[in-house]
Amino acid sequence: MAEDLLRVRDLKIEAEMHTPGETARMLTIVEGVSFDLPKGRVLGLIGESGAGKSTIGLSALGYGRGSVRITGGEVTLGGTQLVGLSQRGLRRLRGAKVCYVAQSAAAAFNPAFRLGDQIVEAALKHGILTRAQAHERAAGLFRTLGLPDPESFGRRYPHQVSGGQLQRAMTVMALLPSPDLIVFDEPTTALDVTTQIDVLVAIKRAIEETHTAAIYVTHDLAVVAQVADDIMVLRHGKTVEYGPVAQVMESPREDYTRRLVSMRHREKPQAPDQSDRLLTVDHVEAGYSAVKVLDGVSLHLPKGQTLAVVGESGSGKSTLARVITGLLPPRHGRITFKGRELPARLDARSKEQLRQIQMIYQMADTAMNPRHTIGDILGRPLTFYFGLRGAKKATRVKELLGAIELPEHFAGRYPAELSGGQKQRVAIARALAAEPEVILCDEPTSALDPLVADGILKLLQKLQAETHVSYLFITHDIATVRAIADSVAVMHRGRLVRFGPKDQVLSPPFDDYTDLLLKSVPEMRIGWLEEVRDARRMAAAGN
Amino acid sequence: MNWRSVPFSAWIGIAGLAIAFGCAVFAPFIAPYGESEIVGGVWELPAWSGGTFLLGTDNLGRDLLSRLIYGARTTIFVAAAATLLAFSFGVLLSFTAAVLKGWTDQALSRLNDLMMAIPTLIFALVVLAVLPQQLWILILVMAVLDSTRVFRLGRAVATDIVAMDFVEAARLRGERTSWIIFREILPNALSPLLAEFGLRFAFAILFLSTLSFLGLGIQPPAADWGGMVKDNKDGIIFGVSAALIPGTAIAFLAVCVNLVVDWLLNRTASLKGGRA
Repeated sequence: MAEDLLRVRDLKIEAEMHTPGETARMLTIVEGVSFDLPKGRVLGLIGESGAGKSTIGLSALGYGRGSVRITGGEVTLGGTQLVGLSQRGLRRLRGAKVCYVAQSAAAAFNPAFRLGDQIVEAALKHGILTRAQAHERAAGLFRTLGLPDPESFGRRYPHQVSGGQLQRAMTVMALLPSPDLIVFDEPTTALDVTTQIDVLVAIKRAIEETHTAAIYVTHDLAVVAQVADDIMVLRHGKTVEYGPVAQVMESPREDYTRRLVSMRHREKPQAPDQSDRLLTVDHVEAGYSAVKVLDGVSLHLPKGQTLAVVGESGSGKSTLARVITGLLPPRHGRITFKGRELPARLDARSKEQLRQIQMIYQMADTAMNPRHTIGDILGRPLTFYFGLRGAKKATRVKELLGAIELPEHFAGRYPAELSGGQKQRVAIARALAAEPEVILCDEPTSALDPLVADGILKLLQKLQAETHVSYLFITHDIATVRAIADSVAVMHRGRLVRFGPKDQVLSPPFDDYTDLLLKSVPEMRIGWLEEVRDARRMAAAGN
Repeated sequence: MNWRSVPFSAWIGIAGLAIAFGCAVFAPFIAPYGESEIVGGVWELPAWSGGTFLLGTDNLGRDLLSRLIYGARTTIFVAAAATLLAFSFGVLLSFTAAVLKGWTDQALSRLNDLMMAIPTLIFALVVLAVLPQQLWILILVMAVLDSTRVFRLGRAVATDIVAMDFVEAARLRGERTSWIIFREILPNALSPLLAEFGLRFAFAILFLSTLSFLGLGIQPPAADWGGMVKDNKDGIIFGVSAALIPGTAIAFLAVCVNLVVDWLLNRTASLKGGRA
């Protein structure tokens, strides 16, 4: 048995909470977490937001964000006790023995300096390599991670490379001083699926070749299954389950893990009859000033069904929603609703037309006025569209809260007092209050934790069954599409690549882009990443 | 509201404002002498230096305490009215500019720049010298001049809020501009506006004092704190402290207003109903 590189015993991490007018109190973030990490192994930390996974990851660097402090237990890295170590001692370790890869590389790189200079900085500071050696090694690592022009890549500035490349550059920065341990904090969460796969392949290869140990923090079980050797499932700062990846994935012991594993397998049967067109988008072209974002998009939404619009960031799917709502009048083309053409501009539409098309946003936080109570938020459309007041309005608000499975007393609360999932439910209720025919859902689940998102999808389906409302559901997640859609539109760079009933769109023969998109979605089984990588190599060799 | 959660500093501010307002409202009952009644010699010493009057007398032999109490009336009323008006103009126009954007925004913002380009005091002096010397004109001029500062802040704050999804949601619902300004934006802009209010109120007192000092503010024999500093300023050369007393009163009021505003700011910025 190899000597353990990182030993964590009974870790306790607390943060100081400040509420105006009250004395500060300590809030426990992580409690009783223990694990061992030998050299060359990868530990996946998985859990919802607030589960403490990033905090544990950072504790391996002896670091706490803000007022976060390690208040108990031990963290031993290569024989050095990190808890209670001086700032000087910690500085000697960070960037030399242990390195960190942040979630958003775009925010983590300084835009004013060249990538190469930032990447070699830590190794030079610690005197591990000379400048020439460091740049040479960086070029080698650029090649290993599949970055373009490895010799000159380091001379570029952060804004001159793509998000996926930047994330790989950050991995190079972490690998450069040959550390014993690297902490990856959700390195692919902010990336599109087709980009994510490149980064995953690169990270996996880098770990294999350098035999470094790693902690991989993520909320996506399918991703962690590809890169980790061990998995620790966390919830509310405590360990739910800890074991080798095969055991956790294939025979989970705990109910919570089982729910995480099984969640992605839901599928809605496709509605048989899709001929009743409620909303039609006809050859729409739209854009901002000189940029054309939508190019000749035509699709239609059948009554009482769900049309999923899938695509990566920049594919124009959100712009499509803005065109339908009238926020962005199209340059060409038209939108027909119930057989009649809708005025292109928002202010030309009647109150009745506005009522029938409602919208749900990705960020429920910003979609609701933080100074209004939930009762006010739900009550306004009732007063505005139907003239309801007083007791009638209060009754209807209670009904709406019941429909979204929230208790009635929530009417008196403010959005800040609700969790992310609850906020999104209220946003759904606000749309529902207008009794619309169509609800445009702009990625309503992508900012939520998987289990919470699943609850929202179930709720949307329940409401559709009850009220026969139609959804135009914008998403980048294929699993979500399978779970809710009747028909699917695939968008790429402003064009409609594929459109039709779900079963037809998601079965072969595929066009190139849809094929790439579908194959890039991580599957929840071990070895998937290798299969895809090998398949791509074969295809590349075949060409 | 829970009274126990009010911090000590806020209590000081509230107490100070209560005293000032009490003086303003009940001036004839509290003041030992009349507003412009000559009761003794010129610049008699205050009580703590052995004089007969509590705060001594001014340059004409009027009781300083009585004038201070009467002066609270004009000073607080004019400053409060001018600041409130300035905020009404400034907030309404700046929010309209932020919501409507385009030409409305350009026209209002450039007009505002134009106003701000002229030094405030000189502008006020010119306007007040031309217009008849009436209280409401004084208040109006002060309000218009101050509203340019409020406009800048208001527009900056509102442009941030207008970009939020909930404002777009209100637009999609078909809400009118007035609803968006008063129901969606105003509650969220309250924190910075309140902080600015405390500052502007203090500045308004000082500005009024300056104008009175230059002879264009409150006209004698009516008392106001700034005018009192002016009347007694010559005494400083002879070691008479009479000018410092109304000066202290101005500082005291400004501090009290800001203590209260700081506390309100903390309350509105707290989590419950706050912007995350």
